[in-house]
Amino acid sequence: MRGSGHAVCLGRDIDTDLIIAGRHLRTRDRSVWAAHALEDRDPALAGRLAGAVIMAGGNFGCGSSREQAAVALRDAGVVAVAAPSFARIFFRNAVNIGLPVLECEIPCRDGDQVTFDLEEGWIETGGTRRPVGPLSPRMRAILAAGGLVPFLCGERR
Amino acid sequence: MSTLSERILGAGAGSYVDRAVDRAYVHDGTGLLARAAWTEIGSGVFTDPDRRYLIFDHIVPANTSTTADLHREMREFAALTGMHFFEIGEGVCHQVMAEGRALPGEVIVGADSHSCTLGAFGAFATGVGATDMAGIWVTGGTWFRVPETTGIFLEGALSGAAAAKDVALAYVAALGMDGATYRTLEFVGEGAASLSMADRLTLCNMAVETGAKAGIFHADGVTRAYLAGFGVEAAVQVPEAGTYPDEIEIDLGDVVPLLALPPRVDAVCPVAEKEGLPVDQVFLGTCTGGRYEDLEAFAATVRGKQVAVRTIVVPASRAVLARAVATGVFAALVEAGCAVATPGCGPCLGAHLGVLGEGEVCLSTANRNFKNRMGVGGEIYLASPRTAAATALVGAVTSPEEFL
Repeated sequence: MRGSGHAVCLGRDIDTDLIIAGRHLRTRDRSVWAAHALEDRDPALAGRLAGAVIMAGGNFGCGSSREQAAVALRDAGVVAVAAPSFARIFFRNAVNIGLPVLECEIPCRDGDQVTFDLEEGWIETGGTRRPVGPLSPRMRAILAAGGLVPFLCGERR
Repeated sequence: MSTLSERILGAGAGSYVDRAVDRAYVHDGTGLLARAAWTEIGSGVFTDPDRRYLIFDHIVPANTSTTADLHREMREFAALTGMHFFEIGEGVCHQVMAEGRALPGEVIVGADSHSCTLGAFGAFATGVGATDMAGIWVTGGTWFRVPETTGIFLEGALSGAAAAKDVALAYVAALGMDGATYRTLEFVGEGAASLSMADRLTLCNMAVETGAKAGIFHADGVTRAYLAGFGVEAAVQVPEAGTYPDEIEIDLGDVVPLLALPPRVDAVCPVAEKEGLPVDQVFLGTCTGGRYEDLEAFAATVRGKQVAVRTIVVPASRAVLARAVATGVFAALVEAGCAVATPGCGPCLGAHLGVLGEGEVCLSTANRNFKNRMGVGGEIYLASPRTAAATALVGAVTSPEEFL
């Protein structure tokens, strides 16, 4: 699974309240989450997320288990999230909804093109290629199916 | 030496295992998305409803018509699946589960990050998201990576005005917000054995604030006696001899009242360093600091006096509230001028019952002080119930040592 996008660089410890605030959670209109993604970090970010690879510092997605955080990023058009480390519930949620997560250390500039390959396990930007932390076979299979729901549907067939 | 996580999950750290989930629970926040994912899977299979729970706690009672509609849909879903259902006012999901519904050695999964609270019983308890929960509903289990363990040796005993919450803030500060990512915090030592179940629940509750997957105590006589009070019999767990590759030591006798400064839970200093900082609101409640013992400690400080600033009390469960009523703790809180709201999460997540205005400061007994969490532009300081009580009486950050 290969992908690419423009880098949106964020700092470390981006918590799920910053990704999607609690005040936006209760709604039937799921487009609300993407529209307000990362709003409390910087309201201008939402407009830059389509086609983006988020290049974050460590501990991305810490805090609440709210899956709306991963959904907000995916639905805003984020192609993948790369960070040196992730909070584990966010990491599982992202895989479960089909949003690629890349555990890696790589220097990056905002707006630079980023390319990655999940099967081959690398990420590349600014002429530098670095390995990506391996996913378990189960997680790879879930991500390849497009998320846990299609994975379980496929298992049943 | 095997860690408790390895013993319960049945494999060494780093291995991947598939495990049946003994108990699984969701609340009105995460239940919605979980139900949507379950419907999308479309098998109609709901495994083991007698060990699955839906507990309304996040926005109770409903604050808007939309919330009310969503609540109704979830009530119907609970009836459809046959899982246990807890109405508004029953309490915070973790506390409801802690009242006789979590046992030593069980694998417990909650669709909430603070599900690690239940490790206090010697269970392997952790949080997941909504889609993982839907998978558990269908298949009855899920996969785990058996976590490495950080040992937290507790020595001595709490003294003075220090409380379990202060110990929690001390270890969060020592480890940092990602100091235990993917790991279990295992609380051991004589100090651990000296702590009550309420204290252990508070300590395990904040494990996730260090990135940990679980926080865990070995079940002992304290655990057995507590569970016996709910009519449940439980076995004890004996720690294996040996050392942890990673460990930190905390002498409980050295712990002083602490404060976490906004917006980081690991930015911790002694309360004394911020003495006199004006606050607009005090909040006593949540899965961290809303148990009976917390209300009792707060009441002991404010009894017969008047709070100087608006103070919101949200008991962690109906059982907590009922006990506080029976013992006079509730009357002491009300007579001191506190506003009391329906058992549940209260304003912790910034949805209702005490949302902060721009520039307002709240001292809270909860577990998170992220930017804007309780309201846009509001700031949250985290502390123990005793510190909250002293602060409520003065209207500014105050060490509880002054009221001993």
